[in-house]
Amino acid sequence: MPRVPAAPPRPDPAPGSTVPPMLSVEGLSVRFGRQGVLRDITLSIPAGETLVILGESGCGKTVLLKCMIGLIRPTVGTVRFEGQSLARQGERALAHLRTRYGFVFQGAALFDSLSIADNIAFPLREHTRLAAAEIGAIVDELLAEVGLPPTVKHKKPVELSGGMRKRAGLARALALDPPLVLYDEPTTGLDPIMSDVINELILRVKGRGRVTSVVVTHDMHTARKVADRIVMLHPLSRLAADAPQIVFNGTPADLDHSRDPRIRQFIEGRAGNRLTELRDAAALAAGEGAA
Amino acid sequence: MASAPVSPSSLAAGAARGLSDWIADRIADLGALLLDRVAAIGDVAIFACRTAGWILARRQRRDVLVPAFYQIGVLSLPVVALTGLFIGMVLAVQSYAQFKALGLQTRLGSVINLSLVRELGPVLAATMLAGRVGGAMAAELGTMRVTEQIDAMESMGANPVYYLVVPRFLGCLVLIPTLTVMADFMGVLGGYLYSHLVLGIDYHHYWANSREYVDAFDFLMGIFKSFFFGAAIALVSCHHGFNSGHGAEGVGRAATNAFVHSFVLILLLDLFLGMWLNNVHDFFRPEGPRRLL
Repeated sequence: MPRVPAAPPRPDPAPGSTVPPMLSVEGLSVRFGRQGVLRDITLSIPAGETLVILGESGCGKTVLLKCMIGLIRPTVGTVRFEGQSLARQGERALAHLRTRYGFVFQGAALFDSLSIADNIAFPLREHTRLAAAEIGAIVDELLAEVGLPPTVKHKKPVELSGGMRKRAGLARALALDPPLVLYDEPTTGLDPIMSDVINELILRVKGRGRVTSVVVTHDMHTARKVADRIVMLHPLSRLAADAPQIVFNGTPADLDHSRDPRIRQFIEGRAGNRLTELRDAAALAAGEGAA
Repeated sequence: MASAPVSPSSLAAGAARGLSDWIADRIADLGALLLDRVAAIGDVAIFACRTAGWILARRQRRDVLVPAFYQIGVLSLPVVALTGLFIGMVLAVQSYAQFKALGLQTRLGSVINLSLVRELGPVLAATMLAGRVGGAMAAELGTMRVTEQIDAMESMGANPVYYLVVPRFLGCLVLIPTLTVMADFMGVLGGYLYSHLVLGIDYHHYWANSREYVDAFDFLMGIFKSFFFGAAIALVSCHHGFNSGHGAEGVGRAATNAFVHSFVLILLLDLFLGMWLNNVHDFFRPEGPRRLL
């Protein structure tokens, strides 16, 4: 049961009508100054699906994820959550909508000044009228769910290891029982065992009701283990002017059978002639700078 | 490869075009800089309006306010008191020779105390606050920006301006007058102690002259100005923290800029508020201030 009252439920759709997807991205482009990061991205994520967004570093995966929750405003295009455009929401409406999201940040982004228990309790204190004892019980339950001992409750984030911080970040993201959870590089910087623990947790979260998940990663093991569907982005700087930025959209099995050389290079982790290209580009930039 | 012959006239035309391009580029640079500055001022103004909006829109939380007030007010008191004490003594040291030459050393109290309550007390308290708290606020918020803690707060539907800026703004606004009173008090004490104990100025004359030339308006003028200084420090510092660049360098630059810009703004506000308050004083007392000589 969600802990924050949701908007009034819409009546059941009439036979033949279409239910809006949990999240949709329509014609989304993002530019920072002169630099384009995303171009004409269109995606639809139905409720209950786990979508993994793959791609090389700098291809705009995290920017896309932050657009999905309204932390970055797209230059062009629309993001809709349950059919409601994020750009059309006022400050308060958007804040209320975000209580239906959980966001797990790459570096956990726990508040340094608060203890782990206060970090996890933060969204509960902000959005619910629960008594302190009830909030304490939920915090204990969430800590147990992500496999953290009760002794960490009073510790500050800086006293925890990277894996513990990630799990505490996940516990905080789940505090309001959101129907949509976004994960930004959930396994980056962790050892293989802890990475797989996080993968297991993503699968367990998916099992809590019909939770929809979007996972941004470049870890193929994570992608194969948790994904129902995989979308692969290619960096704009390496694309022709009119080529689509989404180079793959399908199941993990389809990805493994893809013959696209860009996809094969990524999933096999081959550098190819990338180092030569990078060195040439650096030399060219240095020459232009000197001129 | 043979090069084409270049005539002197085409060389001169090229040089003229080069010069005009250079001038055009400089003008464009100047225009871009001006636009940047105007945009930055507009950005701070919007930030101030959002802060004011959140002060009015929602009741403040005690558990958020108390730590901010403690950090800004209580922890700043010792340093403000110490600098106030020394600035009072320094004023006595620097003024004594001139006053003695005129045979007016018994009036030292009036000039020391007038300078303190009108100018040095509020400006000193504000400068110490900008240095001790402004830089720290910018660094703290900058680190939160860089480590995505501000994004995390927004992603949970909590407003970072309400949680992070409003308590710091209220702390600076409400507590800077108390710091100013402390700077005034310690400065007056320091000036008196040095004048009486070291320079041997008579106790009765020192305080009688101070009472005659320093009135409540002078004291309230300093307190009034301090509210503006506190608001400026909080807004400028929080704005720099919120818009911090990446990495340690970005956070360091935000902290430095927070202090430098706050300090410049304190002096600017001091000048214009001083001019305006003198006019207010003249309006209520057309006979002007009492003359020292």
